[in-house]
Amino acid sequence: MPAEKADIISQLQKDILRLQGFRSKSADSTPDIDLGPINTAFPNATFPTGAVHEFLCAVKEHSAATTGFVSALTGNLMRHGGACIWISVARTLFPPSLKTFGIEPDKVIFIDLQRIKDALWVLEEALKCEGIAAVIAEIPEISFTQSRRLQLVVEQSKVTGFILRTSARNANTTACVTRWKITPLPSQLEEGMPGVGFPRWHVELLKVRNGRPGVWNMEWADGKCVVISDNKASASTQERRLKAG
Amino acid sequence: MSKRFVSIWFRHLLTDWLVRKQPGLQNKPFVFTAPVHNRMIITSVSPAAEAQGIRTAMPLADAKAIVSSLEVFDDQAEKGSQLLKALGEWCIRYTPVVGIDMPDGLLLDVSGCTHLWEGERPYLKEIVTKLRAIGYDVRGAMADTIGTAWAISRYGKVTPIINAGEQSAALMSLPSAALRLEEDALARLQKLGLHQIGSFMNMPRAVLRRRFGQQLLLRLGQALGQETEVIEPIYPVSPYEERLPCLEPIRTATGIEIAVKALLEQLCLRLQKEGKGLRTAILKGYRVDNRMVQAEIGTNRPSHNTDHLFNLFELKIPSIEPALGIELFTLEALKVEDVSPSQEVLWIGNPGLKTPAVAELLDRVAGKVGEENIRRYLPAEHYWPERSIRPATAIEEKPTTTWRTDKPRPVQLLFKPEPIEVTAPIPDYPPMLFRYKGKLHEIRKADGPERIEREWWLDGGEHRDYYNVEDAEGQRYWLFRSGHYSGDNSQWFIHGFFA
Repeated sequence: MPAEKADIISQLQKDILRLQGFRSKSADSTPDIDLGPINTAFPNATFPTGAVHEFLCAVKEHSAATTGFVSALTGNLMRHGGACIWISVARTLFPPSLKTFGIEPDKVIFIDLQRIKDALWVLEEALKCEGIAAVIAEIPEISFTQSRRLQLVVEQSKVTGFILRTSARNANTTACVTRWKITPLPSQLEEGMPGVGFPRWHVELLKVRNGRPGVWNMEWADGKCVVISDNKASASTQERRLKAG
Repeated sequence: MSKRFVSIWFRHLLTDWLVRKQPGLQNKPFVFTAPVHNRMIITSVSPAAEAQGIRTAMPLADAKAIVSSLEVFDDQAEKGSQLLKALGEWCIRYTPVVGIDMPDGLLLDVSGCTHLWEGERPYLKEIVTKLRAIGYDVRGAMADTIGTAWAISRYGKVTPIINAGEQSAALMSLPSAALRLEEDALARLQKLGLHQIGSFMNMPRAVLRRRFGQQLLLRLGQALGQETEVIEPIYPVSPYEERLPCLEPIRTATGIEIAVKALLEQLCLRLQKEGKGLRTAILKGYRVDNRMVQAEIGTNRPSHNTDHLFNLFELKIPSIEPALGIELFTLEALKVEDVSPSQEVLWIGNPGLKTPAVAELLDRVAGKVGEENIRRYLPAEHYWPERSIRPATAIEEKPTTTWRTDKPRPVQLLFKPEPIEVTAPIPDYPPMLFRYKGKLHEIRKADGPERIEREWWLDGGEHRDYYNVEDAEGQRYWLFRSGHYSGDNSQWFIHGFFA
């Protein structure tokens, strides 16, 4: 009977997701990160926390955009007061800017290292630690084996990890749940207005395990990440203009 | 709590010691001598000889002329300090902090000790009577400062115990020698007729400094409690130490692990009882070949958690080289702080920097890669971007001011601004084009300028006019012009990247 089969298949899918460390939607009614339309790309339509995410950023400008996006995600994770650890091999991050993305910069612990080997060791130890909201690592490269180790660790500890691969020349396969690429987009202003608008990003979800990859344009405005459909100034910009006007 | 000090003066230290050794010398005149410039000079005098007018620094020949039956002994250098050290060790029963006051005294820091002997008077009496019973002629005095206690023990006539805050009244009538001054300053005071401390104590400081030097002011300040003075204890207080001798020399990593565990269990048990936690600890292993190997750990929060501390040592064990074997382990907590168990309960379920798990993680990381690589930043009240943050010194440190968000700041800030070539149309306008690392960027949108002045009291140089610009591809940069616009000579730099 086809109906029975479909039941079995959906049950099995759920089991697989559970085994892979994804929380089902019912277990956690208020997700930490709500990305609007992007949610549909993820398994269970929830941003997978307690997993390792990978971001590709080849040039400095992309890495600035990626930092903005990741900080916005981390800001949501840190709402409950957790600490955040930022591991880096060559850090240029300017802490005061994190405040604009909803992070208290004094709650971020920076660990600056010279060797990738040390960075990976610290990353693994940090992901093991359950009291931490998020761990962010800026490292040039990561191999499949190394990422697999990290994935096994977070399945136990439920800590969210973000890996920013700063010189991903060969985008090798990793065991990370998702792979993203964030590039900057020109900001949009109201007609005739001077200055630079809110940061906009071209968000590419290149890979997602058990989900559907996709491409979106996003804007960071008023402390929220908003998906924008057209290239006009977003609703929040207009609201702002009305308030100001 | 105010400090209390006891000064003990051994009036006849060496002669009393000799009388203890040779009781037959009791009540007999005898002296110790040492050769100075080919003459025998008297260094210490017995009470009986002193009664007949013999003084120290007298040539032996003169003394013999006064008392023909004088017995003479050779002065042994260092004997005095050896005796004082032994007596100081004996005094540790009264207070843990005992210092030697050369040439003939002891200093005791008795703060918080006297109540164990039911008050200051019984306490001092106990020390003095015990020492007198041993055979030493001593005088003791107690006061708030070392200087006053010293003066009263040597020259005091009224009472040996000076109540808190009454130093100046007690010193008034004492001779100026009671201030531990150098010979020439003392001679000058005598010459000017300033025989008592009271006669110059209230003189203007500038006058005293000009005539008698800085040392007089220092000594006066120390006696009155205006200047601090510390005792150098004969045994530095380091009680948190455990030892583990081994029957057989330990040569394996497993053996070292067992030893560390055993030591930590003993130490942590004691720390737990006293409500303390260690911040730094050092493990020393004494090897069969008379060499010592050691490993040191540090924690971010005081801890007496055996498992956590063991994890920290575990990282260090590979660096311990047992060679032929280690026969003795010692574990010493160098820095110990109070921990409050009630707070630990509060932290559970309240994630943040103070979570024990986070502190323990940072300890592990610090043990592996070094503490200098772990940083946390707090806002500083400076507009200059490089100075607007400062590293936090401790994990508990809170920001004293808020993080500013009124001006745009880039997410990536270059460590050092890099020069760029620009085309800027008119003064105080953002550039139209700029070239960075060989790539040409055409500027479409711009904000600014935001002028940031240098803080002249910190450093000199040109101000910066910052522009927030976006190029045709939507990439956003933070550029600045150093100084005022000066045509083609303007210096432009890139300083950061916006998200």
